[in-house]
Amino acid sequence: MMRVAKIAAIGATAVFAALFVGWWQVDGPGADSAPGKRSLPLTAMEFSLTDQDGRDVGPETLIGEPSLVFFGFTYCPDVCPTTLSDISGWLDEIGPDAEDLNTVFITVDPDRDTVETMAEYVSYFHPQIQGWTGLPDQIAAIADSFRATYEKVEGENGEYTMNHTAGVFLFDATGRFVTTIDYHEPREFAVPKIRRAMQNRTERAES
Amino acid sequence: MFKTFAKAIQSLSVALLMGLPMASSAQQLSENASIVVESPWARASLGMSRPGGAYLTVRNEGSEPISLIGLRAEISGMASIHETRTNSDGVSIMAPADNIVIPPGGMFALEPGGYHAMLMQLQSPLVEGETFPLTLLFSDRTELEITVPVLGIGARGPEG
Repeated sequence: MMRVAKIAAIGATAVFAALFVGWWQVDGPGADSAPGKRSLPLTAMEFSLTDQDGRDVGPETLIGEPSLVFFGFTYCPDVCPTTLSDISGWLDEIGPDAEDLNTVFITVDPDRDTVETMAEYVSYFHPQIQGWTGLPDQIAAIADSFRATYEKVEGENGEYTMNHTAGVFLFDATGRFVTTIDYHEPREFAVPKIRRAMQNRTERAES
Repeated sequence: MFKTFAKAIQSLSVALLMGLPMASSAQQLSENASIVVESPWARASLGMSRPGGAYLTVRNEGSEPISLIGLRAEISGMASIHETRTNSDGVSIMAPADNIVIPPGGMFALEPGGYHAMLMQLQSPLVEGETFPLTLLFSDRTELEITVPVLGIGARGPEG
């Protein structure tokens, strides 16, 4: 019995320590010195987009499961297919558990990336990956909430490309922003980060 | 030993010339054999409106530095080398890279996450399983034509 109490005490201490560390990093003195650089939680976001099947989607579509979200555009020759391939590899490694993970590619180039375009593009990668597009002001709203940036860069002959935040945003099932996975971050770092975000959900569900 | 190796390379080159999509250990040599191109591959394109991307490794086996100054490809109205850089805010930016110096014994890799051959204005789509010729232009006026196999859109490297 004493042992159980001891374990409970240690557990409670650990929980308080974790909460303290969380507060320290997010709101406390340890918070990022550049305020506003950290993504808002999904619960504080408002946006309305369309998925690859033409369905309306918003933050509520993501909350309830852990989520991987990233920005890109289908006219991108290097970064976006690399990110999509990397993510496909991470999902393969995570295996069947990945079915509980929202994985969403959001275009920053809605003028060219229609619902049909997104549907075709994501079909070449892991089946779990969704492709969302929408009105320019809605794309701007979600990027702003994520503290992500993008800009159009005019090239020759009327062609243009997009500079954009290339990392992958990771949220837990409650919609809390957990961390980012950098562009082309090695799989051995990326997969444990995802697993950690997925674990948060299990812990919460059990408590 | 060397003979076997040379022969292997030769047969690989022949295979590539015949258009077989093999990428893994493919080597293609310049005439004076001081420039070796390995593992070329491209991602399949979605139609022709989007720029294509290709990757390869160039090794300088000569005794002088060489500069890779550009690309030419019939399949592309405008082929060039681009570098993807990610700034401190995590924003990725593509910038042209037009003079890449490779020291003697050195190598230079175009690979996902770094440099890539950007194939703008595609004249025909890059179809998985097919190949296309790509010419590398060097500062000493060497022009090296290689055969690039097209892999799937989701390919991660020369092995697919």
